[in-house]
Amino acid sequence: MNLRAVKAIYRFEMARAGRTLLQSIVSPVISTSLYFVVFGAAIGSRIQEVEGVSYGAFIVPGLIMLMLLTQSVSNASFGIFFPKFTGTIYEVMSAPISYVEIVLGYVGAAASKSIILGLIILATASFFVPLRIEHPFMMLLFLVLTAVTFSLLGFIIGIWADGFEKLQLVPLLVITPLTFLGGSFYAIDMLPEVWQWVTLANPVVYLVSGFRWSFYGISDVSVIASLIMIFAFLAISLGVVSWIFRTGFRLRP
Amino acid sequence: MSQEMPTADARHAPAETSPSTPAPVIEINGLAKRYASGFEALKGVDLEIRRGEIFALLGPNGAGKTTLISIICGLVNATDGQVLIDGHDNVSDYRAARGKIGLVPQELTSDAFETVWNTVRFSRGLFGYKANDAHIEQVLRALSLWDKRKNKMIQLSGGMKRRVLIAKALAHEPQILFLDEPTAGVDVELRRDMWEVVRELRNSGVTIILTTHYIEEAEEMADRIGVINRGEIVLVKEKRELMRQLGRKQLTLQLQRPLASVPAALAHYPLTLAENGSVLVYTYDASAAGEGDNAGISQLLNDIEDAGIRFKDLHTEQSSLEEIFVNLVRERQ
Repeated sequence: MNLRAVKAIYRFEMARAGRTLLQSIVSPVISTSLYFVVFGAAIGSRIQEVEGVSYGAFIVPGLIMLMLLTQSVSNASFGIFFPKFTGTIYEVMSAPISYVEIVLGYVGAAASKSIILGLIILATASFFVPLRIEHPFMMLLFLVLTAVTFSLLGFIIGIWADGFEKLQLVPLLVITPLTFLGGSFYAIDMLPEVWQWVTLANPVVYLVSGFRWSFYGISDVSVIASLIMIFAFLAISLGVVSWIFRTGFRLRP
Repeated sequence: MSQEMPTADARHAPAETSPSTPAPVIEINGLAKRYASGFEALKGVDLEIRRGEIFALLGPNGAGKTTLISIICGLVNATDGQVLIDGHDNVSDYRAARGKIGLVPQELTSDAFETVWNTVRFSRGLFGYKANDAHIEQVLRALSLWDKRKNKMIQLSGGMKRRVLIAKALAHEPQILFLDEPTAGVDVELRRDMWEVVRELRNSGVTIILTTHYIEEAEEMADRIGVINRGEIVLVKEKRELMRQLGRKQLTLQLQRPLASVPAALAHYPLTLAENGSVLVYTYDASAAGEGDNAGISQLLNDIEDAGIRFKDLHTEQSSLEEIFVNLVRERQ
């Protein structure tokens, strides 16, 4: 295992976030705060409690998930797309490192950034609403698993994309709609019955539900289903990544 | 270049084998590449690179130079064939193989917002080497980059970026250095500097493979020359031998009075008459001139005078590597 290479890539990627602190940390924090102001304070004051939790507090896990998903995908996809775009990827491909090490470096860094961001937003949220975390260990598990899984997805998108448009395409057309319809701002049983069934086909529902359960002990679907879903996601992403590397897809013609 | 190139340690020293049978540091067997588009970039290339030499790979645009280098360095998968780097297969034993190689790509790619120091340091880590700031400093100083170490890549000129790419390739102390068109778009002065850097590297024991379409560069630097055209190695030869075999030198004498035929007294010289006997042409091997039984120009001139032939003017010309190269490539087409 070429751990030094993993470390080099990881540090390089983290340094990139450090250089762009404003985009990386400040802007997601501000946009999440805006959600709190609009949904939590303005609209939330007119919504009754959801299963015994105030609406402002109810949306916190969903908001963190929303941010975690979009940031993981955009961070990881950009992290690998950019060297491909500028051509500096040649160095990584010519270095004595394995695919596993490349993934550890890039995806590890992207996931780390998302996790840090998630924790920062959690801290921010605590200024707006009273929070309680019933299952802290499970909360961290969901946080880490989601960050890793969606960073892998972002990595795949970054390798697949051959232009900036494609890089934006998947997050815009798939990730954002799925997260907004994934129960971040509502409980499933607030929907008409037909839509409750349709919603169950949305994988993000399981992530939000599981994550919310770790906070308040309330969930739309069972925690086991949430865990199965996220591990299935992880497995699929890993499968695609290993296929990419086995075939050299878009990386090694 | 005020500083010595960082000398490689003992394992980099040129092998102490006789010049006739040097152990190849790179062995390429039957290497073929067909891209997904169906384009056949390489058609069964066999090539051996000797330890410690400067090997120049020449060829027109699209001949397969960059594809060949890319396969050796692991950027492109070969369709067929094998590459051994110091005995290590570059696919099955890629860690050992790639670790020995430094690559300076043709394109000036860089992380625009990263500093010179960080980007070179990153390269060393990427190759799995323990951080060694003293070595990085030595490399940067040798390439006259030390003053620029805190600059961001985006602030550097093209020539400086090229140097940084060389520094990155040298950060992990490679035994083999690939320079893909190292002086493309580089001004004359910088080109001389670059050649100096390459020579110093070779002196420290590094094997250097450079591709170029500046023939001048190959002529100036290379120990051996390979010509690639349309995915095939057309020729591999010692530069000197190539120049001797293919590089004819001609002495042309403008005669005062035309001759009907070459006088018998001069019959043992390879002389020919041209332009209705008013020009006498002497063709000889450039490298053999004045050596051994080839009596050389002064003897010829004496004999011509003794034969009573007077000339108005004379000039000599030598076919350059460029002419040799153009002829070779044309012959094959």
